[in-house]
Amino acid sequence: MIRLWMNLILLAVVLSGLSGAWGLLSTGGRAWGQWVASACMAVAGVMGAGAGLVALAENKTVVMQYPGVLPGMAMHLKLDALAAFFLVLVFVVGAASSIYGLGYWPQRRRRRTARKLQLVYGLMIAAMAMVTLAADAVVFLTAWEVMAVAGFFLISTEDERADTRQAGWVYLVATHVGTLSLFGVFALMHVATHSYELVAIPPADGAVVRLSIFLLALLGFGIKAGLMPLHFWLPGAHGNAPSHVSATLSGVLLKMGIYGLLRILMCLPQPPAAWGVVVLLLGASSAVLGVAFALGQHDIKRLLAYHSIENIGIILIGLGVALIGVADRHPMWVVLGMAGCLLHVWNHGLFKSLLFLGAGSVISATGSRKVDELGGLARRMPWTAGLFLLGAWAICGLPPLNGFISELLVYLGALEPATHAGVGAWAVISLAAVALAVAGALALACFVKAYGAVFLGMPRSRKALQASEVGRAMLGPMVVLGGMCLVIGLFPMVVLTPLEHAVGVWSRQMGSAERLATAVPWRMLSIAALALVAGVGLIWLVMRRTGAMRTRRAEPTWGCGYAQGTARMQYTASSLAQMLVGMLRWVLLPVQQGGATAGLFAESKRFHSEVPDLVTDRMLFRFWRWMQLRLRPMRRVQQGSIQRYLLYILLVLFGLLLTLVPVWTMVRRMLAL
Amino acid sequence: MTGTINSLLVVVLLVNLFMLGASRMRGLIHAAAAQGVILSFMPLLLAARLDWIAVVVASVTIGLKGLIIPRILHKALRDAKIKREVEPMIGFLPTMLLGALGTVLSLVLAAHLPVVGHPVSNLVIPVSLSTILTGFLLLTTRVKAITQVIGYLILENGIYIFGMLLLAAVPFLVELGILLDLFVGIFVVSIIIHHINQTFSSMDTRQLTALRE
Repeated sequence: MIRLWMNLILLAVVLSGLSGAWGLLSTGGRAWGQWVASACMAVAGVMGAGAGLVALAENKTVVMQYPGVLPGMAMHLKLDALAAFFLVLVFVVGAASSIYGLGYWPQRRRRRTARKLQLVYGLMIAAMAMVTLAADAVVFLTAWEVMAVAGFFLISTEDERADTRQAGWVYLVATHVGTLSLFGVFALMHVATHSYELVAIPPADGAVVRLSIFLLALLGFGIKAGLMPLHFWLPGAHGNAPSHVSATLSGVLLKMGIYGLLRILMCLPQPPAAWGVVVLLLGASSAVLGVAFALGQHDIKRLLAYHSIENIGIILIGLGVALIGVADRHPMWVVLGMAGCLLHVWNHGLFKSLLFLGAGSVISATGSRKVDELGGLARRMPWTAGLFLLGAWAICGLPPLNGFISELLVYLGALEPATHAGVGAWAVISLAAVALAVAGALALACFVKAYGAVFLGMPRSRKALQASEVGRAMLGPMVVLGGMCLVIGLFPMVVLTPLEHAVGVWSRQMGSAERLATAVPWRMLSIAALALVAGVGLIWLVMRRTGAMRTRRAEPTWGCGYAQGTARMQYTASSLAQMLVGMLRWVLLPVQQGGATAGLFAESKRFHSEVPDLVTDRMLFRFWRWMQLRLRPMRRVQQGSIQRYLLYILLVLFGLLLTLVPVWTMVRRMLAL
Repeated sequence: MTGTINSLLVVVLLVNLFMLGASRMRGLIHAAAAQGVILSFMPLLLAARLDWIAVVVASVTIGLKGLIIPRILHKALRDAKIKREVEPMIGFLPTMLLGALGTVLSLVLAAHLPVVGHPVSNLVIPVSLSTILTGFLLLTTRVKAITQVIGYLILENGIYIFGMLLLAAVPFLVELGILLDLFVGIFVVSIIIHHINQTFSSMDTRQLTALRE
């Protein structure tokens, strides 16, 4: 049967890969191409995700070989529970965002870009599915590169804007650096195993090779996943792409980095504890710093992008706990860490795409991404507001939603006492719990700020005042994603089987076996969540009955205008976050201009504050400017003349050929004559 | 057999030098076409027995290099109203001398190349290198966009000669693929030439430097 599921998934890959191609025929204002594309993506989504779920439940492995695709090589595809786990996410979010695009990026209004976007979008989904199925280096790197380049075209969809173009270029540079190091990974693995297939390297083999593979994989996949010092491309790229694309990029594409890292680690059994410590520390710094930078953002999409960095950090904390567990032979750490890592991959994929789609609805209703131009949208867009609140609730890791479950798994792992291991490993793992708690608290503050400024209070601009609820094509996918968040949160048992099988694939390979079902009180979790919902509902009912909800306000007669605030008097997003940003000044380095007033009758003042990115704005751009200055003399070589460029090639070619000729001996012989 | 091939290869060499000295576009195109046709016959001479694949490949190659590509180039020449003279950056005589020097160098190089097995003729490698060099010389020293196209054509001829060393190893499918690439490339370039000509009313590749960063 597993063969059937594999074939269905491959069919879904083909369907989504070609989904945008038909639309190329629909020119001008006729938009049937977009409907065809979204229908293809929806069918592929149902088929792929369904087959993936069944394959997850069956928990079998199938390897397909296609000999002769490349000269002298066969193409290997492999479907196991781990691959199926990621496939489900790819297809679910891919389909949801594509349907959302019908309302958000309609071909009728976006004539110039819509068809290109659909074509490349389908290709990216297909390529991501192929990445998860790849079982050899050639397929993996090909799919990886198609995915990365498709991402570039999607990010630079609105290439008439200068900052979009810049974000696109930065992304392209970053992704190519990542791919380069992946080439290194696979080359080294070929050295160790004499095979391009993803097979395990015997643990006895060279420690140096294994370490270099690990470090290169961490670099390559870390760039893709947006790990903290390597995240520099992420805020710009996710902030400037169309929102439904950002949802897919953030919800799914980042996870491909995690998937690749997991696969490569499976090829390196018996990792030393230091690897786990490195992954965990990187994850902890990503989690805390990601959310800290999110606090200082005024652009709702950049804010969400920084939260992706935070969540990747949480995922990596889980992975770090699992890796330390493998090294120290502590099966509870392995199973809980890995389960937290994988479940958070799903959860973040769901609630982050929900949030990005919610932000997209706000943007399409108001035309503004700036938090400080919005406000009071809860009354004008109740559905969007409710769904955004659901996503925000989930991302903060609050019960009874799905974010809570996955973070709880990591917490349980981190608080599990050590058995064999020394105090050192346990200390590091306890640090994970601390980092997780700090990140969670800051995330809550950040979303209080974002939700409060965007949806509550009073409209800060005419755009926000005139906003109205978005259409069904946009609300539908959000309802589906929100529903999934709710189901996983209320009935976590539904993910137990898929999770156990996917974790099993990884931990068996790493030599550890512990049942997830017994490690976590699943039934209690569900009962507690339902009780919470019931309790809150009951309180609400009682308050409604007794009339406690109806507020009556008494104000002094001469209230000096404080009785009723105006839009200009309410807290702005930056003033709400000011205290926390101030506390984190040492790392955020916020920039503020103006603002101070003096005297009784102060004239009007302007105030501006921003938090530039630590790596991108403060380091990379400066470095690039410096390089450009330094390399100016090299400009003389680059004249723009084709003939001259060809001459360079000719000279290099002949120089290389001449190294074959023993010129020196010939000259010497001639002189001797 | 080897005698025929050797004499054909010498003809190819002479055509190379002729092309470097050719001052008229028409002559240049004809020479490139002739070289292509001569080269297309060679696999037929080399093959141990004539199977139909070899015949098909040879006739397709002859058709493309001898008829279709020259026709496209002539049409481009006519449509774009390009002047019939080849415009060199350095004179015809210096390029011919460079070509001759390159041929000598190719002979020296070929003697030192570590080739596995015995090539059909000792001339294959030097002629191939010299043809590649000729293509490069045309690319680097001529101004018009259409001469660039011919340069690439000759470059491909050189690679084709080199491919004869591997006749048994390279499947004909690959050969046909390369041919298709070349054809599409020239097709596209001739269209581009037309468009450049309409936009800038000039075919001078020197003016393309205005596009640099």
